[in-house]
Amino acid sequence: MIPTLPRPAWLRAATALYVAAFLMFLFLPLAVVAVFAFNDAPYPAPPWHGFTLDWFLGNEAAGRIGLFRDSELLGSIWTSSIVALWVTGLSVAVGTANAFAMERAQFPGKGALSMLMLTPLVIPGVILGISILAFASRLAELCSDLFAVEADFLRPGLPLVVLGQFSYIAAIATLTISARLKRFDRTLEDAALNLGASRPAVLWTITLPYLRPALIGSAAIAFLMSFENFNTTLMLVGADSPLTIMMYGRMREGATPVLNAVSLFLMVASAVIALTLIRRGRSPES
Amino acid sequence: MPEAPAAAPWYRRLMLGLLLAPALLWLFALIVLPHVDLALLSFRERVAPRQYVASLAQYRTFFGEPLYWRVFVRTAVLSALATALTLLVAFPIAWTIAKLARGRMSALLFVVCLIPFWVSETVRTLGWMILLRESGVLPALLVHLGLTTQPVELLYHDATILVGLVYTSLLFMVVPLVGNLESLDNALIEAAYDLGGKGWSILREIVIPHAAPGITAGCIVVFMLTLGNYLTPTLLGGKNSLWFTEQIYTQFITRFNWEQGAAFGFLLLALSTAMVWLGLKVSGQRFSDVMRRA
Repeated sequence: MIPTLPRPAWLRAATALYVAAFLMFLFLPLAVVAVFAFNDAPYPAPPWHGFTLDWFLGNEAAGRIGLFRDSELLGSIWTSSIVALWVTGLSVAVGTANAFAMERAQFPGKGALSMLMLTPLVIPGVILGISILAFASRLAELCSDLFAVEADFLRPGLPLVVLGQFSYIAAIATLTISARLKRFDRTLEDAALNLGASRPAVLWTITLPYLRPALIGSAAIAFLMSFENFNTTLMLVGADSPLTIMMYGRMREGATPVLNAVSLFLMVASAVIALTLIRRGRSPES
Repeated sequence: MPEAPAAAPWYRRLMLGLLLAPALLWLFALIVLPHVDLALLSFRERVAPRQYVASLAQYRTFFGEPLYWRVFVRTAVLSALATALTLLVAFPIAWTIAKLARGRMSALLFVVCLIPFWVSETVRTLGWMILLRESGVLPALLVHLGLTTQPVELLYHDATILVGLVYTSLLFMVVPLVGNLESLDNALIEAAYDLGGKGWSILREIVIPHAAPGITAGCIVVFMLTLGNYLTPTLLGGKNSLWFTEQIYTQFITRFNWEQGAAFGFLLLALSTAMVWLGLKVSGQRFSDVMRRA
């Protein structure tokens, strides 16, 4: 019950205990991943054999390949970053255009279109993946049958991964940016127009600066969601594996603590992004 | 005050077309057409190399082969169970954040609850594997405490899959619940208490009706994500996971039987859509409101 009502002591104690247990449940998996990145043993398992940085710095001479010498893992981080940058750019650009279309323009079928924009969020990622895979190879076959052109970008590979992730991340970017544009006071634009500014100048100096927090926020979310995407990517991936796919493959085989090292790196990176966003969200100007 | 000259109709139409082009391209090229294509794919059968006829063979196989529909039903039941458990685990925390903790403490607790979900699901699953596998942390702890003589294998059980799924879904339940419970006026609870309401009756008659939109939103999203999950069931359940997304993967990628895979995909999509629709109907909400809340 709420604090203004009498609460028996056992209920207070139970609440505190529950919160503590819940937090332990939340953080225990992350804590063990971090701890075993430094264990001096070939497998991420107890007992503790002492502290080592081998899983970050080790090379063949040490008999242990650390994260910074594991060209396969480093390559997959690079692949993920490139994919995520493309997805971020596309999603924010399309999301911004959609926000203006939905908030500013009037046209027949607008309600249906705004509904359709939400559907990618309720389609399981695996199905987004297979439908895009099947459609793209149909197009590729059509290309080779009709024009005798091999459209390799329509075969499983990074371009398809980008499109697959973009297909639902764009919906999230649209929601985020629309929500902010909706709260915009349009008299500011009218004032600027009255004072002689051109339309592009108004967009550039008034509207877009106002949207900036939403643009940055949706870019960060898009990047993170793309970097961590698994379901859609699994169906569309070709020869180059992004990080999540690479990690999944190694986890099935039972990998060395180098996976803990790369996980720790991911945790620190996402924590930095999350905390920066939360801090920005609290600052008065936004 | 100079009026801006009214733009010519063709110009306005061109601008509108340009503004809508990205949305239409995105939705039709990547969502609508691929799904139409997937539907067509699922309704055909290969009779000879590169020769296909329209047929219901793929769906017949699904209902005729017990393994396939049992895995489907099992996935649906476990997903529903995971959704219910997530609600049970998340509700007290959401209540604590929204009603019991005050000011900074409440905000801090909320942020702390969100932080693990910024980390990739792969990493979180790796953590559970290190904790639960036979050579892992918890079995070693159980032996150390004298509860078991030998390390026990805690991975590869249905319960393990459920723990993993609940863990992964918590965020999507806590966020809509907190939003909903914060808007509940404390005076209503006080009034109910003054009128002689006890904990349970207040929960049932005041809190749950008020929180129903949040509960529905959370349940819809959690069920959908659980049903479509691949990573958690396959890694924590191993060969025993028997999750339907895995069947889709096997048909599409391993066996290259796209027609069968497409039919499986459609069945999963149908179930997911039906549950979303049902959830909305039962709680009388609009799809767009729920998605904005979640």
